[in-house]
Amino acid sequence: MELKSNIPAGPIEKKWDKHRFDMKLVNPANKRKYTVIVVGTGLAGGSAAATMAELGYNVKVFCFQDTPRRAHSIAAQGGINAAKNYANDGDSVQRLFYDTVKGGDFRAREANVYRLAQISVNIIDQCVAQGVPFAREYGGALINRSFGGTQVSRTFYARGQTGQQLLLGAYQALMRQVGLGKVKMHPRTEMLDIILVNGQARGIVVRDLVTGRISSHTADAVVLATGGYSNAFYLSTNAKGCNVTAIWRAYKRGAAMGNPCYTQIHPTGIPPSGEHQSKLTLMSESLRNDGRIWVPAKHGDKRSPDTIPDGERDYYLERRYPSFGNLVPRDVASRAAKAVCDEGRGVGAIGLGVYLDFADAIKRLGENTIRDKYGNLFDMYERITGENPYKVPMRIYPVVHYTMGGTWVDYNLMSTIPGLFVIGEANFSDHGANRLGASALMQGLADGYFILPYTIGNYLSQVKLERVGDDHAECKKLEAEIDEKTRKLLSIKGKRTVDSFHRELGKLMWDNCGMLRSDASLKTNLDRIPQLREEFWSNVVVPGTGEEFNQTLEHAGRVADFLEFTELLCLDALERKESCGGHYREEYKTPEGEALRDDENFAHVAAWEYTGPGSKPNRLVEPLTFENVHLAQRSYK
Amino acid sequence: MKLTLHVWRQKGPHASGQFVTYQAADVNPDMSFLELIDVLNERLITKGEEPIACESDCREGICGACGVVINGMPHGPRQSTTTCQLHMRVFKDGDEITVEPFRSAAFPIIKDLVCDRGAFDRIIASGGFISCNTGTAPDGNAIPVPKKVSDRSMDAAQCIGCGACVASCPNGSAMLFVGAKVAHLGLLPQGQAERYDRVQKMVETMDASGFGACTNTGECEAVCPKDIPIDFIAQMNRDLLKAVMIDRPAGGGGGGTG
Repeated sequence: MELKSNIPAGPIEKKWDKHRFDMKLVNPANKRKYTVIVVGTGLAGGSAAATMAELGYNVKVFCFQDTPRRAHSIAAQGGINAAKNYANDGDSVQRLFYDTVKGGDFRAREANVYRLAQISVNIIDQCVAQGVPFAREYGGALINRSFGGTQVSRTFYARGQTGQQLLLGAYQALMRQVGLGKVKMHPRTEMLDIILVNGQARGIVVRDLVTGRISSHTADAVVLATGGYSNAFYLSTNAKGCNVTAIWRAYKRGAAMGNPCYTQIHPTGIPPSGEHQSKLTLMSESLRNDGRIWVPAKHGDKRSPDTIPDGERDYYLERRYPSFGNLVPRDVASRAAKAVCDEGRGVGAIGLGVYLDFADAIKRLGENTIRDKYGNLFDMYERITGENPYKVPMRIYPVVHYTMGGTWVDYNLMSTIPGLFVIGEANFSDHGANRLGASALMQGLADGYFILPYTIGNYLSQVKLERVGDDHAECKKLEAEIDEKTRKLLSIKGKRTVDSFHRELGKLMWDNCGMLRSDASLKTNLDRIPQLREEFWSNVVVPGTGEEFNQTLEHAGRVADFLEFTELLCLDALERKESCGGHYREEYKTPEGEALRDDENFAHVAAWEYTGPGSKPNRLVEPLTFENVHLAQRSYK
Repeated sequence: MKLTLHVWRQKGPHASGQFVTYQAADVNPDMSFLELIDVLNERLITKGEEPIACESDCREGICGACGVVINGMPHGPRQSTTTCQLHMRVFKDGDEITVEPFRSAAFPIIKDLVCDRGAFDRIIASGGFISCNTGTAPDGNAIPVPKKVSDRSMDAAQCIGCGACVASCPNGSAMLFVGAKVAHLGLLPQGQAERYDRVQKMVETMDASGFGACTNTGECEAVCPKDIPIDFIAQMNRDLLKAVMIDRPAGGGGGGTG
């Protein structure tokens, strides 16, 4: 296998323009002769499907939820970045590009990031036209706020529900195409394999989650927009259904996996409350604009926070990073929180938490202004914890939130399988080793509205495709394999529940491959995960049958994939012998404890090629060159 | 806490269902309602029984996937709260709790507590959007939207499509859901071109999907986890009346400014 990034030649500001001119087109009358499958209906999948249908392609869309509007993009709170410079504070495409490359700790492709920054401005226009009710000034203009890792205000938002509003915009555009007959929507349908004919992606095998029926759907190209794999850690901010299954099965058919070890731990989650905890909830990073983070200066200080005088508090981010203060990037803020808790200065019943305090902001701006900006977040916090954050400081703790790694794709967003495109969080592309706040929504929509709809035409216009129907021999073969796997899961009838395996795996991942990773901890996981997988396949219990609505069976299939995928994740983390962004190896740090990159040996993307069951995968390398942003150690001091 | 649960169990769409009683000991008040169901399901699976089918996804009150009727109230006793955000601290030790699916002719039951709310998608597909193909948009600030209008539009846009309004309504009406979308788009300057066409098409599809009419009972507003006010139904009715009364050019949108 060879990794060809297909980055266009020429100066960075001209690459995307030049590429758009160089790409071959499918003429408007011919587009209706092509069918494209899109799996996943979040910001990336929903926007791509709607846009391709508008262009004239026939689109078949699949999601496991009961309706496309439930995709987890809906839970994004804070905002979406764009280099509009509406705030007149010196922002530009160049600055957004620079911030994103630096924020990603120099492990992203410059050309992709530049294109993302260029397109960011079109996204806002598109969303406004669709009726997304972004926050407005009294004069009617759009408002911006600032976000972690940047010093300009470039984030657009709709209260604390920006993801919801953007997703509803994409969903409505998608449903319009359903109404027009250009999109055939298949909700409650899960992709379980990808169909290759002559080495090209030509369809998917799916399970109807209501009837259990396994069937094949064929097309001329397949797009995966299936999100991230944070649920490998069991407790994360992701929705319960989020999984790695689609991209993992694609990996096993030949789509290389890029940088799986790049996972993001978000600093502002609500701490867990006990063993029953089923997921964790994020408090938007935007809260760090007005909230001040602190812990007691003294170890084991159990006084109530309002009785601790200012002089006995440690505002550790403001102290350690005076120029960015509470707005340092997510990875830096998370490790700093872990460090103070490990020192025994954490707060809350089990000492896993730091204060996020709004007392000063309320004094300065008034409670009404704070309610206007963050009201729904404060309400959510109160509902979950039973504490009123207008009166007592919030308690927050880092939580797994986003995965920068994913299927390796070239500049055209195509994987190493011809005809298989991967967009949004599911691909590895734009965020390097750490994603900046409000950039996920930007990337999902850039991929879906403005990149994939062009690049897929370039592919389709240049390939010869034989007719493949759902009666093709390959379809029947894969359907039989899925049937067999389902039967196997149902027939084990062991003693342990699927959830208990998932929890145990999650704990291994959090303890040994979380905020801090070391040679020893990763080797522990590489030892333990195969054992756990073996036990799963001999001792799991899945009640019910395969021919009905069976949520345990769905979960079992996803956990089985996590039990394979996490081994690759840990292997990738072990082989990346440096610290960068969210990947922090205890062996590689500066004397002050900051992440220490090794640009000499690791300024590259690691993409893993599947080599068969039980065989060690190949680690392929795509070198990264930095011609426009000077390689430097990140400093937020 | 110790609780007694009476949960609706139904094998499939055409099977008849019944309440089954379960005891839950050691309930932690900090648990969410769905975590209680999780714990119960773990116990059922270990005993070789089938777990309770129950839908949820984000578990932070925004995706709209969850929703059951708890003691007769969609999403349970706490105001402005989805089922997933309801925590057990609102109940008392020894309480008996009945748990049922959202019931409505337009929401057929799939299994246990899971129902099919696909009718909502069909309503949106018939007109719940602003037609603007990707690439056709002017600059974001070219369309000023007064803050008051934008805020009001956002109040309506918050709808999560959970269906609690339908489940609570004695008529099984979806008018709060439809009214919220009509208002979200119809209040904004971007939504004017299709304003009157939109409301007509959405209402037609709503009527054809088996939802009942509104008689201003107000249950929908009371149970809505996003506090969507019933005023939006009145606003929708005004738009609908105008749409029907105004003599419009064939196939055209437009009309008055409302």
